[in-house]
Amino acid sequence: MARTRPIMPAWFHRLGSPKGFYSMTTPWLPWLAAASLVLLIGGAVWGLGFAPADAKQGNSFRIIYIHVPSAFLALAGYYVMAVAGAIGLIWRMKLSFMAMKAAAPLGAALTLISLVTGALWGKPTWGTYWVWDARITSMLVLFFLYLGVIALHYAYTNGEAAGKAAAVLALVGTANIPIIYKSVDWWYTLHQPATIKLTEAPSMHPSMFQPLLVMIAGFYCLYALVLILNIRAEILHRERSSHWVVELARRGRS
Amino acid sequence: MAPTAMPEPLLRASPILECCDIAFERDFVPIFSGLSFALRRGEMLQVSGANGAGKTTLLRMLATSLTPSTGQILWRGECLERCRAAYRSDLIYLGHQAGIKAELTPRENLHWLLPFHPNASGSAEEALSAVGLSGLEDSPCVTLSAGQQRRVALARLHLSTATLWILDEPFTAIDRDGVSRLEQLMRAHTSRGGVVILTTHQPLGLDGVRLLEMEPYVCA
Amino acid sequence: MSAPDVVPTLATGRAFRALLARDLTLAFRHRGEMANPLIFFVMVATLIPLGVTPESRQLAVLAPGVIWVMALLASLLSAESLFLADYRDGTLEQLVLSPQPLWLMVLAKITVHWLVTGLPLTLLSPLLGIMLSLPAAGFGPLMVSLALGTAALSMIGAIGAALTVAISRGGLLLSLIVMPLYMPVLIFGASAVQLAVDGMSPAGNLAVLGALLAFSCLLSPFATAGALRVSLHG
Repeated sequence: MARTRPIMPAWFHRLGSPKGFYSMTTPWLPWLAAASLVLLIGGAVWGLGFAPADAKQGNSFRIIYIHVPSAFLALAGYYVMAVAGAIGLIWRMKLSFMAMKAAAPLGAALTLISLVTGALWGKPTWGTYWVWDARITSMLVLFFLYLGVIALHYAYTNGEAAGKAAAVLALVGTANIPIIYKSVDWWYTLHQPATIKLTEAPSMHPSMFQPLLVMIAGFYCLYALVLILNIRAEILHRERSSHWVVELARRGRS
Repeated sequence: MAPTAMPEPLLRASPILECCDIAFERDFVPIFSGLSFALRRGEMLQVSGANGAGKTTLLRMLATSLTPSTGQILWRGECLERCRAAYRSDLIYLGHQAGIKAELTPRENLHWLLPFHPNASGSAEEALSAVGLSGLEDSPCVTLSAGQQRRVALARLHLSTATLWILDEPFTAIDRDGVSRLEQLMRAHTSRGGVVILTTHQPLGLDGVRLLEMEPYVCA
Repeated sequence: MSAPDVVPTLATGRAFRALLARDLTLAFRHRGEMANPLIFFVMVATLIPLGVTPESRQLAVLAPGVIWVMALLASLLSAESLFLADYRDGTLEQLVLSPQPLWLMVLAKITVHWLVTGLPLTLLSPLLGIMLSLPAAGFGPLMVSLALGTAALSMIGAIGAALTVAISRGGLLLSLIVMPLYMPVLIFGASAVQLAVDGMSPAGNLAVLGALLAFSCLLSPFATAGALRVSLHG
C-alpha cells in the first residue's frame, strides 16, 4: 500500500511479527526474572533494613523505596503506552497495539501502588492518609488518564478499532501530561503558600539514595518482565487459531 | 496548462477505476481478499452476494470510508493515496442510511449538501420533482415517509456532476415508479460516461450490467 | 465531465460556512434541547446552598470554584451531542467522505457547539454569581474566564465525543476520558476568578487560559478528525 510513512529497516518490521516477538523473548524471561528478583530483594533489604533512619521521619520514610520507583514507572509507563500506540498508528503494527494494551493496566496498577504507598507514608508522618498536594494530585490525575484509556479500549467491540482509539486517546493524554502537571503544581502553590512541600523526599544522603537506585532498577526490570509476559499472553490469545500456537499448546500438553 | 483532450474512443478504453488485489480485514478477521476488477467509463457494476459477504464493506471502501488492508485502488491511473481529494470530489456515495437531516426540509438538505459537491449544478426544485417530491420541498423531512426520505437522498444524484456513483441498496423503500425512474437515471448517467457501482437484492431491469459475485470468506 | 482531467475546486470556505449555517439552523430547531444544559447549570447552583450552607459569607468563599465546576459539568453533559445525531442518520459518514479537509469541518461543528452551549453559559453566569453571593470584583473575570474556558472545553470535549460516538451509551465513558483533560482549564479558570475576588490581578491566569484555548484549537481538530475516522472504521 503506497502510504507515505517513514521508511524503517527490515529488522524493525521483523520485530513487528507477533510470532517473532514471542520466540525472541522466550530466552529473555529467566534473565529478567532473575535480575528483578535480585535487584528488588537486594534493594528492599538494603533500604528497609540497613539504610540509616531519617532524622525527621524516623523509619516511616522507608516507604519511599517502593513509592518513588512506582511513581517513576507509572509516568514512564504512560509514555511507553503512548509510544506503542503511536508506532501502531503510523506503521499499522499489530504487535505495537498489543504492547499498548498490555502496558495500560500495568501502568494503572503502578499508579495505584504509588498512591497507596503515598497514603501510607502520609499517615505516620502528617497524621492523614490523604493530602491534596501537587504530587499526589498529579498522580491521581495520571490514574484517571490510565483508567480512561483502559475503559475506552474495553468499550469497543472491534479489537482493531479499540487499539486505534486507545492510541489516539493515549497520545492526546501525553500532550496534556506536562500541562496537567504544571497546572496542578501551580494550583498547589496558590493554595499552600507555605514552602513546606509535603511529599518531597527528604534531602538524601548517598547511603539512603543508593538503595533507591537499586530499587528503581529492580522496578524497571520487573516492569519489563511483566510487560513482556502480558504481551506474550495477548499474542497467544489473538493468534490462538494460528498454526504455531496450536503446535505450542500441543507440545506443552504432551 | 490546458489539459490535452484525449480522443473519445481512447478515453473510454482505459479503465477509470481499478482495484488491484485488495483485501480487507475487520478486527483481524478477513472479510474479503484477492479482489481485482477494472471499470471503464460508461460501465455499471452490480456487486452481489449473500448477507455478510462484504458488499457494504467493499462499497464503503471504494467510497474511502474504509482503507484496504492490502492492495491498491487506482483512480484515473493514479494511486488513491495521492489523489484522494480529487477522487472524493468526483464521487457520490449513498449508503444504507438516508444521509439527510430529518429536521430540515428537502430543499434545505439539498442546499447544504451542495457546497460539498463544488461543481453541482441544477436547481433543488428540478431535482426534487425529478424524484417525485414536488410539492413537498418545504416540509420537514421528519414528516416524510422512509421512502420519501430516501428520494431526497436520491435527488442528490440529479444535482451532482460526480463521475462515480456508489449506491448501497438504492432501491430500498422505493416504489415501482421510483425504481424505474432511478434505473433510467443510472442508464443516463452511464451513457454520459459516468460509472455506477451498486448493490441490490432486486433484479435490475437494465442490460449490460457487469456482475461481481462475492462469497463469504472461508479461512483455509 | 467534459474535461475529465480538470480537478474541481474544493470550495472549502463555502463548505465551512454551509456546515456552520446548517448546524446553527439545526440547533435552533431544537431550542428545547439547547436549553437543557443551561437549566441544569442554574439548577445545580441551588444544590450548593441546600447541601452545604445558605450562609452568604461562606457561599462567597465557594462561589468562584463552584460556578466553574457547574459550568464544566454542563459542558460535559452537552459534549455527547456533538456528533451523535449525525452518526445516527448517516450525515457524519457523508462529512467524512467529503473532499474538504475533515479537520476544518470539525472546527465548524465545534464552533457552533460553543456558540450554542458555552456562550449562553457564559452569559448566564452572572445570575449564578448573584445566587451564590460572588463578590462584585469577580463578575468580570468570571465571564471572561468562562468565555475562554468553555471554548477550550468544547474543543477538548470534541475529542472525547469523536472517540465514543460509535459506542452505545457512550456518554458516561466520554465523561471519564475527558475529565482529566478538563482539569487544567478548571484550575486556571476558577483561580482567575478567585484572584480577582481576593483583590489581585487575574490577567496572568486569563492569559494562560487563552494559551490553553489556542493549544486545544491546534490539537483538537486533528485529533477529533482522526478519532472520527477510527470510530467510523470500526
